[in-house]
Amino acid sequence: MPRPFTPKVVTANDLVEGDVIYLAHDGAWVRDMCMAWLIEDEDEAATQLALAETQPEIAVGPYLAGAKACPVGPVPTHFREVFRANGPSNRAHGKQASAPVAAHAYAKAAAHV
Amino acid sequence: MYDYNNFDEGFVRNRVSQFRAQVARRISGALTEDEFKPLRLMNGVYLQLHAYMLRVAIPYGSLNPHQMRQLAMIAERWDKGYGHWTTRQNIQYNWPRLADIPDMLEALADVGMHAIQTSGNTIRNVTADHFAGAAADEIEDPRPTAELLRQWSTDHPEFQFLPRKFKLAVTGSKADRAVTKAHDIGIRIVKNDAGEVGYQILVGGGLGRTPVVGQVLKDFLPREDLLPYVEAVVSVYNTLGRRDNKYKARIKITTMENGIDKIHDLVEARFAQLRPQFSGIDQAHFADISANFKAPEFKTASLDGYHAARDADPIFRSWSDTNVDDHRANGYGIVTISMKAHGATPGDADGNQMRMIADLAEQFGHGDIRISHEQNVVLPHVHRADLPAVFATLRAHGLATANAGLISDIIACPGMDYCALATARSIPVAQEIAERFDELKIEHDVGHLQIKISGCINACGHHHLGHIGILGLDRAGVENYQITLGGDAGPDTTIGKRAGPGFAYDQIVPAIERLVLAYLDLREDESETFIDAFRRLGEAPFKAALYPEEDKTHAA
Ligand code: HEM
Ligand code: SF4
Repeated sequence: MPRPFTPKVVTANDLVEGDVIYLAHDGAWVRDMCMAWLIEDEDEAATQLALAETQPEIAVGPYLAGAKACPVGPVPTHFREVFRANGPSNRAHGKQASAPVAAHAYAKAAAHV
Repeated sequence: MYDYNNFDEGFVRNRVSQFRAQVARRISGALTEDEFKPLRLMNGVYLQLHAYMLRVAIPYGSLNPHQMRQLAMIAERWDKGYGHWTTRQNIQYNWPRLADIPDMLEALADVGMHAIQTSGNTIRNVTADHFAGAAADEIEDPRPTAELLRQWSTDHPEFQFLPRKFKLAVTGSKADRAVTKAHDIGIRIVKNDAGEVGYQILVGGGLGRTPVVGQVLKDFLPREDLLPYVEAVVSVYNTLGRRDNKYKARIKITTMENGIDKIHDLVEARFAQLRPQFSGIDQAHFADISANFKAPEFKTASLDGYHAARDADPIFRSWSDTNVDDHRANGYGIVTISMKAHGATPGDADGNQMRMIADLAEQFGHGDIRISHEQNVVLPHVHRADLPAVFATLRAHGLATANAGLISDIIACPGMDYCALATARSIPVAQEIAERFDELKIEHDVGHLQIKISGCINACGHHHLGHIGILGLDRAGVENYQITLGGDAGPDTTIGKRAGPGFAYDQIVPAIERLVLAYLDLREDESETFIDAFRRLGEAPFKAALYPEEDKTHAA
């Protein structure tokens, strides 16, 4: 039996900076996962991924990552995505350096993944 | 130290300008990622979790102070102020912007360095003993051999598209600080019964998902046959190696599938064809290279100050006992600068530290610096009279941790904090183990013990070769850590065995602690190291310490 679809965000790395980006509802690419579009429909997710793949000048290696709704916005459901959303755990670099509020929310969410 | 010649210079500059144009075309959209990726990888540029990563080769781990300062400048100008030493004698920059990388490569070219062949299915950076030219137990300095191989392999037209990456390591000492048995080709400088110096050639070692210890392909190879012989091995592999399955593509699998005897016969046949093409110019060249590696003018000085400092300062004494090795020249020592301060990221060095090390090398170290495969920095030639001054400077910069070869001198790959391939984190596990044993204050009592950690089965952190190896995995969406026991990176390289079920993230440090405390109970006396005790007693008492609950169930 096929597994039930779980909500996803479209994510990739930015071509020039290399950092993690997410697709927002208006089609823009954003840095903070809390502003990403949490896609709850499987066909929609496939459509948006396909669209992302047509933007190689912005997004490198787009894929769908599991996420769930949280008061702050979507949060990751797998620990790998927690690090991508947040930054490395050995130094305060990456997203946690630029968006400490979101980072706090992810860190809390991470405790539950 | 070898000076790069005009050929290297022109070739490297050319590659940088090609790459600059490729980056521009990628950013403008003229190249797709699929088109660009192989081009960036040819120049050592990866895309990791949070950023690009640039991997720069440090051939046989040798740097001069000028190069070290340039690495510091690059870290500060285009990265976040630091770089990361790896187990293959590279430096990795973790945070560059794509558009800046051509400038970084240009800055490297200014000091005779580059990132060519640090990725891709080609012959990678040639590594060697980090004590080369200094070690008391050395038959011959392995660096001229490594340099000859570097020049031969760089841009070798036949070997740019091998079935898989290919790694060479050279040692000139029986102690084998280059882990030659874990490389595709390991080269050991040996002496035959007639007293001639030549090479023992090992083949088919490697870690990754199928760890294999290399086998002897040739017991004694005369010096003049080295290049044609190595070329024959790579050429046989290029023909025979599997391209259908990337996990079976390394020469270790080729050797297992075909048998060492068949590989040997094919290599000998190919060698017979190739040998006449090597006219001997390579030998003249080898002589030139060797002349560039002549030993520094060692000084003579009184050791009184050194002994006085040892008597007066137990902290200095502890550091010089642990981090200074015997040198072949009278009165000299080899200094290991630990890049593993308790709680620090193993192998990270910031710009200030790099510059300070460059200054020390100039002032006290005959201008020579090495990067070890253990992710530490080595000053190979320091007179013992200068050790108190070196120690004082290191201490002032937080780099005087007396833990070389001890439990907190951990090799750890970047793991899931950086690496796109990781299945779990490595760095925080290393940090927590180091901090825990620092709190317990038993590190020096425990003595020589190597812990090595990888964040996935690719085994970049050499976990198979750790006396205690730790492999981070993803078990149903959470980090889980498997322990291997009994591995060893020494001359009789041994692959560790899995101890049992893995541990959760918050259970791994307590598990290591139980293991080490058990060793302290089990050892015959202080001279019996962890690995010796493990070999004497077998795995049972160590497993009992790791899995005390299971032990109780069996007893019940
Ligand atoms: C972060 C980017 C890195 C990536 C993507 C990467 C990728 C890989 C892969 C795919 C393998 C397996 C190769 C095979 O078995 O065919 C491997 C092995 C290895 N890597 Fe890395 N690695 C990275 C970083 C490092 C670092 C930081 C070190 C040193 C600390 C390192 C040292 C090694 C070593 C020693 C092996 C041993 C396997 C062998 O050659 O037998 N790598 N790496
Ligand atoms: S062992 Fe795995 S996680 Fe660690 S650096 Fe290598 S590829 Fe990345």
